[in-house]
Amino acid sequence: MRRSIQDIYENGSEFLRTFGAFQLFFLRILRYSPGILFSRFDLVVKQVYNTGALSLVIIMVCGFFVGAVLALQAYSNMSMFNAEDWTGVAAAFALVKELGPVLTAILFAGRAGTALTSEIGLMKATDQLSAMEMMAVNPVRRVLVPRFLGGVIAMPLLAAIFSGIGLFGAHLVGVELFQVDVGSFWQQIQLTLEMDDVNEGIIKSCVFGVAASLIAVWEGYNAVPTAEGVGRATTRTVVITAIAILVFDFMITAALI
Amino acid sequence: MTDHTENLIEVRDLTFSRGHRKIFDHLNLTIKRGEVTALMGPSGTGKTTLLRLITRQLIPEQGAIYIEGIDIATLSQAELYLLRQRFGMLFQNGALLTDLSVFENVAFPLLEHTKLSRRLISHIVLTKLHAVGLRGAADMMPAELSGGMARRVALARAMVMDPDILIYDEPFVGLDPISLGVIVRLVRRMNDALGITSIVVSHDVEEIATVADRSFLIADGKVAASGSPDELRTANSELVRQFMHGMADGPVAFHYAAPDYEEQLLGRENE
Repeated sequence: MRRSIQDIYENGSEFLRTFGAFQLFFLRILRYSPGILFSRFDLVVKQVYNTGALSLVIIMVCGFFVGAVLALQAYSNMSMFNAEDWTGVAAAFALVKELGPVLTAILFAGRAGTALTSEIGLMKATDQLSAMEMMAVNPVRRVLVPRFLGGVIAMPLLAAIFSGIGLFGAHLVGVELFQVDVGSFWQQIQLTLEMDDVNEGIIKSCVFGVAASLIAVWEGYNAVPTAEGVGRATTRTVVITAIAILVFDFMITAALI
Repeated sequence: MTDHTENLIEVRDLTFSRGHRKIFDHLNLTIKRGEVTALMGPSGTGKTTLLRLITRQLIPEQGAIYIEGIDIATLSQAELYLLRQRFGMLFQNGALLTDLSVFENVAFPLLEHTKLSRRLISHIVLTKLHAVGLRGAADMMPAELSGGMARRVALARAMVMDPDILIYDEPFVGLDPISLGVIVRLVRRMNDALGITSIVVSHDVEEIATVADRSFLIADGKVAASGSPDELRTANSELVRQFMHGMADGPVAFHYAAPDYEEQLLGRENE
C-alpha cells in the first residue's frame, strides 16, 4: 500500500515536471518564432515543403475517399426522406467543421510528425545538435523553430485541401453516381454552410497545427539518443498527438457551440 | 597568481558523475596557450566528457573550469556563444549536418555568424576543403562519404572560422595511412602557423607522440601522469608504462568488473 502511494507520488511528480518543462519549451519556441519568421523565412519555406507539400498525396487521397464515403452514407439516409439534395450539405458540414481538420491533423502526425521527431532525434543521436551548439548556433532556434513554424503554416492549408478534395469526392458520388441535381447539390451547400462554420474549421486546424508540430519537435528534442529511443519517441508522437487532437477538438467544439 | 597569458584553460578540482559512477574526482590540469595538448587514457575514463565540460556542454558538479581566467559556468548564453565562436571542435563521429552538402556544411558557421559575400565564403570553404583533400567532394552529401572522409570534412568545418582553440576528439580514427599522415601534419602546422591552441583526445600513442607538446594521461578520475610524450614513454609508473606500451597486464584491467568466471558459467548452465 505504502509502496503504491509512493509510486503514484513519484509518477505524479514526474508528470508535473515534464508538463512544466513542456510549457517552458513552448515559450522558448514562441520567443524565437518572430525572429525566424522575419529573418530566416527561407528555412520556414523549406519546412513548409517538407511537412506540407510532401504530405499532399496522402491528404488528397484520404480526403477524396472520406468525402466519397460521406456522400454515400448521406445519400442512402437522405433518400429515405426524399432529401437527396442535402447529400452535399451533410458531406460539407462533416468535412469543413470536423473531419477535415481532425483527420488532416492525425494524418499529419503519422506522416510529417513522425518524420520531424525521427529527424530531430537522429540529429541528437549523431551529435549534430551538439555540433551546432559548439558552432555557437542555437539548435532550438535554427532547427526546431523552423520545423515548428512549417507545421503550423502547413496544417490549415492541408486541412483546406482535404476538405476541398473531399467535396470533390462527394460531388462525384452524389452528382455523377446517384444523379443528384448538380445545381441543388452546390446551392444547398452555399445556402446552408456559413462563414462561422468555415471559421470553426480554420480555428481547429490552426490549434491542431500548433499542437501536432510542438509535440513532434518536443519528442524529437527529448528523445533518448539511441535507435530504440528515437523509435519510442516517434511512436509517442503519433499516440500523444492523436489524443491531444481529439481532446482539443472536443474543447473547441464545446466552446464554439 | 595564475598567469592567464600563458595558461589558456585551467581545470580546478573538477568533480563530475554520471549516475552513481564518478567520472572525475577533483581533477586538475592546465592547458597552455599555443601548445598541442593531448588527453589520453583508457576507454571510459571520460576524455570526451572532459572536452564537453571544457566547452560547457556539461556543467561540473564541483570545481571550476577557467578560460582566460573566466569561470565558464558564470557565462550567460550570449557570452557562452561568443566564446564558442573562438572554438572549433571535431566530433568523434564528424557530426556533419546530414541535410546539407559538404560545401554547405563547411560554409555553415560562416553563413550563420558573418556577413561575408557568397563569393568570399566560397573561396574560404574551398581553401579549407583543399587543405583536407576534399575540394572535389564539395557537392557530395554526408551520406555519400566514407567515415574517414566525413571526419576530414568535419575538420575543415572546425577550422573554417579560424578559431583560437581547436578541439579534436579522436581525429585519427578511421583514416587510411595517407590521410592520417596528412592530418597529423595539418594539426601541427595549423597550430604553429596560426598560433592557435589545440586539444587532442586520442588513444593513438604513436601519432600523439609526433604531434603533442604536452600529454595528460587520465585514469581513475584524475590526471595519472603528465609531460611530453617522451617523458611519459620513459616514466616509471606502472600505469603509464602499461598504457604507453599497450600491455595487457597492469593496474588498468582489460576486463570490466565481473563475477567469478567459473561461477558465472556454471551458474548459467544450472539455470
